[in-house]
Amino acid sequence: MAAGVAAWLPFARAAAIGWMPVANLPMPVAPTEKNKRQDEVIILNVSGRRFQTWRNTLDRYPDTLLGSSEKEFFYNEETKEYFFDRDPDVFRSVLNFYRTGKLHYPRYECISSYDEELAFFGIVPEIIGDCCYEEYKDRKRENAERLMDDQEDNKDAKLPNMTFRETMWRAFENPHTSTMALVFYYVTGFFIAVSVITNVVETVPCGSAPNQKEVPCGERYTVAFFCMDTACVMIFTVEYLMRLFAAPNRYRFMRSVMSIIDVVAILPYYIGLVMTDNEDVSGAFVTLRVFRVFRIFKFSRHSQGLRILGYTLKSCASELGFLLFSLTMAIIIFATVMFYAEKGSSSSKFTSIPASFWYTIVTMTTLGYGDMVPKTIAGKIFGSICSLSGVLVIALPVPVIVSNFSRIYHQNQRADKRRAQKVQKARLARIRLSKAGSSSAFLHSKRNGLFNEALELTQLPYKMSLSEQSSTKEEQHLGKSSSLLESQHHHLLHCLEKTTNHEFVDEQYYQQSYLEGGLQNYPPRSPSLSSQDGVTGTCCSRRSKKHNTPLRNASAPAHMQPLTHPQTHHHGLQELSTIHIQPLSTSRSSLNMRIDEPAPLNCQSSQITTAIISIPTPPVTTPEGDAHLPTGPSHQNVVKVSAL
Amino acid sequence: MCTPSKGAQWKNDLEHIRKDHGFSRKVLLNCCLVRRIITWASPSPKDSVEDELELSTVRHRPEGLEQLEAQTRFSRKELQILYRGFKNECPSGVVNEETFKDIYSQFFPQGDASTYAHFLFNAFDTDHNGSVSFEDFVMGLSILLRGTVQEKLIWAFNLYDINKDGYISKEEMLDIMKAIYDMMGKCTYPVLKEETPRQHVEVFFQKMDKNKDGVVTIDEFIDSCQNDENIMRSMHLFENVL
Repeated sequence: MAAGVAAWLPFARAAAIGWMPVANLPMPVAPTEKNKRQDEVIILNVSGRRFQTWRNTLDRYPDTLLGSSEKEFFYNEETKEYFFDRDPDVFRSVLNFYRTGKLHYPRYECISSYDEELAFFGIVPEIIGDCCYEEYKDRKRENAERLMDDQEDNKDAKLPNMTFRETMWRAFENPHTSTMALVFYYVTGFFIAVSVITNVVETVPCGSAPNQKEVPCGERYTVAFFCMDTACVMIFTVEYLMRLFAAPNRYRFMRSVMSIIDVVAILPYYIGLVMTDNEDVSGAFVTLRVFRVFRIFKFSRHSQGLRILGYTLKSCASELGFLLFSLTMAIIIFATVMFYAEKGSSSSKFTSIPASFWYTIVTMTTLGYGDMVPKTIAGKIFGSICSLSGVLVIALPVPVIVSNFSRIYHQNQRADKRRAQKVQKARLARIRLSKAGSSSAFLHSKRNGLFNEALELTQLPYKMSLSEQSSTKEEQHLGKSSSLLESQHHHLLHCLEKTTNHEFVDEQYYQQSYLEGGLQNYPPRSPSLSSQDGVTGTCCSRRSKKHNTPLRNASAPAHMQPLTHPQTHHHGLQELSTIHIQPLSTSRSSLNMRIDEPAPLNCQSSQITTAIISIPTPPVTTPEGDAHLPTGPSHQNVVKVSAL
Repeated sequence: MCTPSKGAQWKNDLEHIRKDHGFSRKVLLNCCLVRRIITWASPSPKDSVEDELELSTVRHRPEGLEQLEAQTRFSRKELQILYRGFKNECPSGVVNEETFKDIYSQFFPQGDASTYAHFLFNAFDTDHNGSVSFEDFVMGLSILLRGTVQEKLIWAFNLYDINKDGYISKEEMLDIMKAIYDMMGKCTYPVLKEETPRQHVEVFFQKMDKNKDGVVTIDEFIDSCQNDENIMRSMHLFENVL
């Protein structure tokens, strides 16, 4: 429950009077504030700076240091204030959290000191409000990265027990780790360059003998080039095999882009070796040589920029797709138009629409070769429109691609933001959980109430003889389990349950009962069953069988005894004890889960409260203790001890 | 929209500003003229200037502590505590229906409390001006927490009588009942059925409607409640809330 809203609890409780005339069942007794303290101002001395606030303000969050009794450790008797030897600047934010319910992160504050203060005061950082949460998470991530970078530098140091394979892999991935790796790195780089240059130079026409026509160098110095090619391929093959051997996950390595490039780079050579005999496929062999140019992509292992370019293109796939699509549309439109415009003129190069595609592309990209020009006036008009629109269509997606490229330079933070998305989901889930916690807290307290009540009843016969001292002890015992605010809230929810004659259950229980539908086999062992609701006596007796014997003692005799005792000791009126109002309907409890019966029923008495209630008339106890019917006036006094 | 009273107030404020700061009338007129031109020029926010002034005047200050002490049955200290909580949650001094629904819904996490909050809002907003000021709030609470049983019953009757015609009809009661059951939410035991609110309304009418004419008047209501032990006892339930 939010802090500010806690102030409205009295209002919500008062408004519950609106349910009273509608309810057919008696309401549970309200929790009272034992020793109702006047709200006082407490002084918090944080390193000399005194903060003052109401005690109630701090009590809003009972699971933090200031809201719980943990602050008593810091109480200074002489000065009557709470002294904390912490940073007063950060404490401002902490105290504001209590006051407003929102935790803010001051931007000038160091993230780790802030975290430490939050941890000291027992506040979970996830509560930071939306206004400051982004900033907080960003700073925290930066800090974590910085720490991680520091760690990674240490990580490069050789770990003592690395296998040869692991060493090799590390050498391949980080060439700076050892001299051998660096040598290998440069050697492979050199050979990639050599191989690419060889491919290029192969096609240059070398000087020719006067009577022969010009031949490319490749054909002139076939053997030399072949030897170079072989050497390069040897090196590449060895490198690939070594990487394959060293890879921790071979299958994943084989699927990675770099390894595919490696394979494609060396494969043509081997295919060529195999196929030189066959004359028919030599044409295909020539085309395979084209693939040798892929060796240039091997440089991407050596160059960060190339990798970034690759990532950019990959990430801008949608923009590139859009560019392509819009260009295609425009090309088709303009080609069609140009074709029909130029159809009339003689010796027109625009022989067909596909032929006009070439003109349109050249014009739209503002190349303008001039091999195809329109001759008619209409053609010229449309041609100019085409070139103008081409500029626009191409200029629009390009800045997006450019900005993507610059964005990817901060690629590490990109990946971390994706990780942060998961953290964001986790945070929202946590907040949702804490909100849901308030509803489950009610169910939880009902369960706890049951145990406390059980404990109470076992001691009840003994305690009955004592005076109020015992009851105050009981009060304290019960008061431990929930704060006053919580108990009042639970009482409110309980009143609602009574008004509607239905109970809150948790989600999984609801699913269960919903699935089972009308499966209501309450074995009718007790005659005082009400038709719409379930067994009370039977479950109780059943449960008392399954549970510990102390409960047993309380079952039958407890009906009469505790009720008669009040009669004897305190005539009629004021009794501080745990009095339970017998519910008509059955309620869930966790004990239910332990009882695996087909009918998921259980009975439980209502919330325990210690209250001063007045019993004006002697309680009418029926042997079963549960003769309640939904019609109001029939039961005079419904204060009974439940049959546990 | 600029209601006549607000317009007059605005005029008053302007007069005060003029007198306090010694502007000449002309200057002020020009200023207003400029404003008018601006509002005319910008098409969409028609009464934006007035709206801005409206919003700033919506900040409400309650009557003095003595007056409230006299009008309600709370002590000075209690009023102080109440006001602090109220002002904390609603710094502007009034609660509008949305905020009201939000606040009330926080107490019932499992169900949907907005319909019932709407009815509650109407019950607290006695002058029906769309917002609950601190006075309304405290008057309502005074009846609920410190009033006689009669007064509480009258308050409850007013809550149920949605159209304030003096009679609770079955439809009104059904609306209220559905709103209450909505607060329970989905996960209840036993599973909430469609006709549960209707049945409950039937039971209620059987109990309350003495002459069986299909509506419950205030006298029937008070009579039947006073004859019902449970209801009488539960009326005293929240007396020690503050």
